[in-house]
Formats: sequence, C-alpha cells, structure tokens
Amino acid sequence: MSTQRDIDWNALLEVLVLANWNTRVVVLGVTALGIAGGVVGTFMLLRRRALLGDALSHATLPGIVLAFLVASALGIGGKSHGILLLGALVSGTLGIFAVHWLTSSGRLSEDSALGVVLSTFFGAGAALLGLAQQESSASAAGLETFIYGKTASMLVRDAILIGATSIATVGCCVVFFKELRLICFDPDFARGHGMRTGGYDFLLMSLVMAVVVVGLQAVGLVLVIAILVIPAAAARFWTNMTGRMLLTSGFIGGLGGWLGTMLSALAPGLPAGAMVVLALGGIFLVSLLLGRRRGLLRRIIRLRRRALLMERDHALRAIWECLEQSGTHDCLGSHIGFRRGWATFRTAKRLQHAGLLVVEAVEGGDERISFTPSGEREAASVVRRHRLWEHYLMRRADFDEQHVDRGADDLEHLLPIDLLEELEKELDADTRAMLPSPHSLHPDGPGGGGS
Amino acid sequence: MTDWNLFFDGWIIAIAATCAVACTLPGCFLVLRRMSLMGDAISHAVLPGIAVGFLLSGSRSNGIMFAGAIIAGFFTAFFSQWLRRFGRVDEGAAMGVVFTTLFALGLLLIVQGADSVDLDPSCVLYGALELAPLDLVTLPFTGGLRVPRAFMMLMIVLLVNLVILISLFKTFRIAAFDPSQAAAQRMRPDLAHHLLMAMTAITTVAAFEAVGSIIVVAMIVVPAVIARLFVHRLGSMLLVAAMVGVAAAAAGHYTAVELPHLVGYGSVPTSGMIAVIGGLMLLASIMVNPRQGVIPRFLRRWRFRMQTTREDLLALAWRLEERGTAPTATILSQDLMSARRVSRLETRWSLRRLVDAGAFESQGETLRLSDSGRRDARDLVRSHRLWEAWLTRTIGLAPDHVHDTAMRLEHVTDEAMRERLASETGAPEEDPHGRSIPD
Repeated sequence: MSTQRDIDWNALLEVLVLANWNTRVVVLGVTALGIAGGVVGTFMLLRRRALLGDALSHATLPGIVLAFLVASALGIGGKSHGILLLGALVSGTLGIFAVHWLTSSGRLSEDSALGVVLSTFFGAGAALLGLAQQESSASAAGLETFIYGKTASMLVRDAILIGATSIATVGCCVVFFKELRLICFDPDFARGHGMRTGGYDFLLMSLVMAVVVVGLQAVGLVLVIAILVIPAAAARFWTNMTGRMLLTSGFIGGLGGWLGTMLSALAPGLPAGAMVVLALGGIFLVSLLLGRRRGLLRRIIRLRRRALLMERDHALRAIWECLEQSGTHDCLGSHIGFRRGWATFRTAKRLQHAGLLVVEAVEGGDERISFTPSGEREAASVVRRHRLWEHYLMRRADFDEQHVDRGADDLEHLLPIDLLEELEKELDADTRAMLPSPHSLHPDGPGGGGS
Repeated sequence: MTDWNLFFDGWIIAIAATCAVACTLPGCFLVLRRMSLMGDAISHAVLPGIAVGFLLSGSRSNGIMFAGAIIAGFFTAFFSQWLRRFGRVDEGAAMGVVFTTLFALGLLLIVQGADSVDLDPSCVLYGALELAPLDLVTLPFTGGLRVPRAFMMLMIVLLVNLVILISLFKTFRIAAFDPSQAAAQRMRPDLAHHLLMAMTAITTVAAFEAVGSIIVVAMIVVPAVIARLFVHRLGSMLLVAAMVGVAAAAAGHYTAVELPHLVGYGSVPTSGMIAVIGGLMLLASIMVNPRQGVIPRFLRRWRFRMQTTREDLLALAWRLEERGTAPTATILSQDLMSARRVSRLETRWSLRRLVDAGAFESQGETLRLSDSGRRDARDLVRSHRLWEAWLTRTIGLAPDHVHDTAMRLEHVTDEAMRERLASETGAPEEDPHGRSIPD
C-alpha cells in the first residue's frame, strides 16, 4: 500500500508541474478548448440555443466520413487530418444552414429542426461509415475516434490548432461583445436599430462551428457538446451580468478542461474526454448547490428567512391585537391560540430569546405572555404596517372587509418598507398614531397567528 | 441486384417498423411540447446504465442491463425536468448537461471495465438491426411460434404505449396543448407529463437495445414533424406519423441494401439509412405539402402572376381600341413591358395563350379582341376606373396617385364588388382622368 502511494505522489507531482511533454500539450490544449467553449456557449445559452452544438456536432460526421472516402479514393490517405476537419466544417455548415432554413418563416420549431437535422445527418454519417469500413476497415477505425475522442494521443500541432482557434474565438466574442449580447436579449430591438442581426447570428454559429470542429478530435462528437453547454449553464448560477457570466463560464470551461486532463493523466484507464466532461459535471453540481445568484442553497436560505420573518410578524400581530382588544398587559397563550400550531409556539420561543416577549408558565399548562418594551414597539410597527395596507386596499383597490386581511398579508412582506411613507401620504395618515383595524378582529386574534 | 431473403429482410423491416411506430407515439407529444431532443438525450444517457448492468452481469442481452438503461433513462428525463423547474436552467441546456455527463460516465465505466469485458460503445449508436433476426425467442401460447426477441420486445413496448395513450387520451391531448387549462379542469397535466417521460424512456431504451439509437432519435422527431405539416388534429397526426414511420423503415432498409450496389459497395447499416430517408421525406413534405409547401406556394404565386399578365394585356388592348389604334403583338408587349417588370418571353407566351383561348382574333399583324375577350377586358377597365374614382372621391387620394393601386386592385375585383363600387361612387360617367367608364 505504502509503495503504491509513493508512486502516486511522484506521478502527481510530475503531472502537476507538467513535466511530461505530452501531458503539457494535452492539458494546455484542452484547457484552451474549455475556455473557448465556455465563452461561446454563454451566448448560445442566452440565445436559447444551447443544443445547437448537439445538432452541429452530429452533423459533422457525414462530412468527416465523406472526406475520408474522397481522400482515400484520390490516394491522399484518409488519415490526413486537415481534409477530415475540412469535411467536418463543410457538413457542419450545411447543418447550420439546414437548421436555419427549417426554422425560418416558422416552418418548424427550433427543437424539431435540431432533432431532424441531427438524426438525418448522423444517420447519413452512420451509413457512410458502413461504406468506409468496406473500403479499408483498418483506417476507417480511426474515424471512430471522432465520435469518442482521443485526447491522450493529441499531437503538438493539434494543440496548436486548438489553442489558435480558441484565442481567435474568444477574441471575436470580446470584440463583438455588445452586438452578440444584443442579439441574445433583444434581436427585434437590434433589427429596429438597423443592425444586421442575421450576420451576427451567423458569426455566432461560425464560432460554435469552430469550437466543435477543433473539439471533435480532442473529446469527440458527443462530449464536445458538454464543453459548449455545461460551463455556461453552471455560470448562470453565479451571476446575472452577461459580462461576468462570460468570464465565469470561460473560467469554468478552462478549469474543467484542466482538471479533467490532469485527472486522466494521474491514472491509466481514465479517458481524458470523459474525465473533462465529468469534471465539468461536478462543477455544475457544485454551482447548482452553491451558486451565488441562483444556487439552490442560496434560494432555500432566502425562502426560509422570509418564512421566518412572516411567522414572526404574524405572531407579534396576533399578540398585539389580543392585548388591544382585552385592554390588558398580558394574555394567555391559549387565548391567542399559539398552542394550536407548532410553528407559532416555536416563533414565540424565538421572540422570547430575542427579548421581545416575556413568556411565563402558569397553572394548567398555559402560558402568560406579555411584551417587553422593545417588543411592544416592534409589534406596534408591524400592526401599523398591516393596517396601513388594509386601509389602502379597501380605499383604492375595492377590497371588502373580509378579504382585506389576507390581501395585506400578501403585500406587507413583499413590498419594500420605503413604500410605507408613500402609503401614509396617500392615506393622509398620521405618521405616528396607530390606526384602528378596518375590520372586526376575531376574538382569537387573526387565526393561529399564521393564517 | 441483391438476393432478398424474405425471412431476414422481412423481419428487419418488421422490427424497424414496429420500432418506428412505438417511437412516434411519444414522439408526437414530445414534438408538440417542444421537447423533440429528449429522445436524443435519453439514448445517449443510457450508456452508464448499460455499462453498470453489463459489468455486473458480464453478458450483453439480459434484464440487468435493460434495467440499468431504464434507470438511467428515467433519471435523464426527470432530472433534466427538475433542473428546468427548480434549478431554472434553460430546457435545452438542462438536457445537454445531464446527457453529456451521463454519457461521459458511461464511457469511463466501459473503458475501466474494458479489460474484463468486451462492450463496444458504437453498438449503442448504430445497434445491430441486421443481426436482430438471428436472436429468436419462442412466443408463449402460440404453439411454438418463434419470433426475433427484438420484435417481441418492441411489440410489447408499442402495446404499452398504445394502452397508456388510449386510456388517457383526453388528458394527454389537453396537456400537450394547454397544460394550465388541463390543470383547471382537474385533468392532471403533470401525470400526463410524467407518463410521457416514462414512455419516452422505456421506448428509447427498448428500441436502442434492439436497433440502435439513431432510429430512435429520428423516429421520435421526424414522423411527428411530417405529420404536423399535413394534418391539424392530434388523432390524425398520430396516425399519419405512424404511417410515415413504417414507410421510412421499409424504404430505409431497401435503400440500405440496394443503393450502395449502384456505386459498387456492399450494403450499409439500415438504421442510418432509415434516418436519412426520414430526413428526405421531411424535405419532400416541406416542398410539396398543399398548405405551406414551397412548391405549391410557388405555383400559386406563378399562376397569379400569369393571370395578371394576361389580364393586363387584355385591358391594354381595350384601351388601344378605345383610342382608335389597332393592337398588335409588338405594341401590346412593348406597352406592357414599359408599364411593369415583365419579360418578353412571358408576354409573348401570355399573348399566345390568349389567342389560343379565343380572347384575341389574329388578323395578320393585328390582334383584334373577340367578343368574349372584349367582355373580359371591359370588366377589367371598368374595375380599374371605378377604383380610381373611389380612391379619389372616398379616400381623397390625388388623381395622379391612384393609377398603380388600381392596377393591382383590378385583378382581384369581381362583379359584385364592381357594382358596389359603382353605387358607392354614384355610378360616375368618367374616371378622375376624364376617361369614360365602360359599363
């Protein structure tokens, strides 16, 4: 066990400092690809065309195989990479035009067009592959690397091609940032201002095309889709700003590429393409949970906080109204009904800890509840806010007495506090004094505090 | 020519057709709900399920692998829906994230287990439709009838889909078009949605295990899209889609076997050709479908254009005669070409057709209007001048601005409209340019 660990550490070190020439090429190449995919993918996601990369990458297959067939018929040798990539480029472009033609003038919906183009082109690719295998089974086998990728055997010139393409792609996105953002969010506005949206749309498609074609040999036909989709989808959890999203997405793409190739270099039997996508998937999952803007944890906390705030306000109001009616300084827990609901009881405990309530046990298992001075002030402001809304709703929105309580419940927690001042002006209310409740109070207060 | 073998080729077509029909049932609803790519996503995402099942059991065709694939398929469908609803991820992106990650996981598992087992990931994509007739099972209760296992499995899936659809047809229909309406009528659109996802997952897995994922992806989208171009009722859409699926399966297999022989090769994978044929059928449908088809629309426009040219020629001849000039082919075509953009060929051809139809009588160089021709021409000129009168009097356009508009309107004005125009304008004797209006 211990010797194995020693070897692992050595290997780890070797990988981390990129000592191995081959590892260095692969890591740099795939990281560049990840960055480019993340940046371009952002615009695709915002353009609501995340899966165009899916159709596109499948659409390159017939071109690759056809280029192979032509090349071997001409005797150039089907393994010549340039020709295969040219074939991919041509049939991918054909695929883009097919999608564009099918969706223009509303013939098909976007998803149907993608599905149709994807299946037809890929089917043609599979059929042609059948031909290629009859031609020369041995060299045709190399074609399948385009489907699954062959990252580990990446050559320097492949890495250079990927690096150059990535730089050009990212550069294009930066230079045309404004225009691309505009066609993502408001193409009609852009057209109205005389912008040639079709041209920029085509630019965007070409960028996707570039990423797909150079990504094909690195991670393969299916997994290159991931490089276009996942970083952008993950970045969406972190920010709402397009510029920042572009940076985040590029960063995530690069990180996934780096992490994936590193991991695959660490141990045998870990295909780099798959590892890159799994790394990206992991980053996506983390972003889904922890993302600062739309992350689940963040949203759960926000919801929970709002629910607690509402419970607190409801409890304070229930007690305040109970005291208002009886004209005393304390009331029984059973009287405001907080024994009935666990949530209310818990809330009362919290308010006691916060120093707003005094709760004393009395005989018969009941509690005597009274406000502390600060609790009374707080409760009065909560009640006043509620009643301001009630009055407003009755006067301006024609709510009737029975429904106004619920209506105010909905508004008082959602609308900003600053609105209260305007509300006071609107109602000509005294800025200090308590208002009377516009409806009769239920003898038990407004339900169990919560409703 | 190839030797056709009724047993093999018959079964291949039967299996492919059953698969196609089984796919079109959920496919129609997926297309209507704009989730056409769900089949694609699921068929890629089942890879880890298959790999795990395969690694556990060590053989290719058995229940564990199928179960693994079904689980992966369900996971894809429901997790991507969950991401869309609760993660607020764009629909396409959600599917893209899930299926690519799962596919990568599957590849990893296969490579990891490659030493102990032999599983080629390409069988997932292309399937082995050509070999399916070799794997026979005996049907129960039929006295030893043996059918291909793939056929039996797809038949079962097809029947299950049919039963689900028929028993919940109303819910499915309303949920496909108007989920909120369905919810308002207590029709449980979410139930339909979940069932649809389940149907898609099971169909995709069963079909790809038998015939490869290309057919699945193609047959979920293409027949439904084609059907939608021709019919506008859900029931007929399902029916047409099923027929398209069967046709694509048969034609696909035929071309896969026969076509490569023309260029001196052996047959190619049927599954690929079925997808290609599907695409070509869609292309043809877009071209010829009577309502919005490219070709019918072009023909309609062309016919209208030719009719306009003929009518313009008639009206021109009438005006020439009104001024006392004898119309000739040369004068007519020159006049028309200076009035609007029209080619000499088109003018000549239209004149020829008018002569053939007896609207003109040719007397040497001169083309005299026949009685019927003169009647039509007079109606046109009358429409034209009435429109000019109406446009100047009622709308208040300047008299020198009304000619072009009237030129266009005269071709779409019928008898009743002419009389209405006459009464609206007070049946004037002259148009705004001072020329008399014929009656």
